[in-house]
Amino acid sequence: MPVFYGTEVASPLMLGTAQYPSPAVLAEAFRRSGAGVATVSVRREAGGERAGQDFWRLISGLGVRVLPNTAGCHSAREAVTTARMARELFETDWIKLEVIGNADTLQPDPFGLVEAARILVAEGFKVFPYMTEDLVLADRLLQAGCEVLMPWGAPIGTGLGLLNPYALRSLRAHFPDVPMVIDAGLGLPSQAAAAMEMGFDAVLLNTAVAKAGDPVAMAEGFSKALEAGRLAHGAGPMPPRDMAAPSTPVLGKAFL
Amino acid sequence: MKITVNGETRETVSETLGALLLELGHGEARVATAVNEAFVPAAARDGLRLAAGDRVEIVTPRQGG
Repeated sequence: MPVFYGTEVASPLMLGTAQYPSPAVLAEAFRRSGAGVATVSVRREAGGERAGQDFWRLISGLGVRVLPNTAGCHSAREAVTTARMARELFETDWIKLEVIGNADTLQPDPFGLVEAARILVAEGFKVFPYMTEDLVLADRLLQAGCEVLMPWGAPIGTGLGLLNPYALRSLRAHFPDVPMVIDAGLGLPSQAAAAMEMGFDAVLLNTAVAKAGDPVAMAEGFSKALEAGRLAHGAGPMPPRDMAAPSTPVLGKAFL
Repeated sequence: MKITVNGETRETVSETLGALLLELGHGEARVATAVNEAFVPAAARDGLRLAAGDRVEIVTPRQGG
């Protein structure tokens, strides 16, 4: 199972906690999928509703590792302050670092990301940067002290899958020992299997499960696809070829 | 004095951030705080004196992806 910052997690599936039809469905999706990590956020609470406290009890009961995010932050300064609040709130130094550079595509701001990562690593955070699949950005984030990388598959919430397989393969090949998570853009279990077949260590997704007709079944589907992809990668897939090659031996064929 | 709490202007008699949290009913709640865009750890709330015009953020655990 994947190891992030020296901690082994129970599953290559990291699951978000937003947009489920009910808390009960969320809990059952986690149970059936065996997801090892839950992503969470920090938000203002409207006066007196206490939803945050109820959510904390729900998450605490899942028995999974919590990965807070800095979702919605558009500057390094904002992300750093949010990370500091999240560390106190969730009692973890893990942080999914999001610094959004474009409001339409939710594309990460690579410059703000590196700046914030450097500050947070110096403060002892274990940073999980949500990044584009850019090779040079990956190098800068590693230099900043990140020990895990989280390239996007596609823009958040789109379900488009792995839009740039060439860059993802290149990223995987250049940093073979760095734990990498495909974060965002997955819509189907087959896309998660493809990520694992490429050699990625885990996937992080939310909308594909939470907005499925049956979120619990979809969560289990992703879990099984991840296992299939992980096994396939470890098994050493055959190289593709253009010409046909008979799998049945020609030798010994009857002359008819 | 007038301060802003989670984006809304309000009047408060609290002189410290710790007192403000009690005033707003967050005494026992799991919250994190920032004042004027700077994180204020729980241990520093009682020592942080509020001034008119301060911008206070109070956040709690929520769903995220």
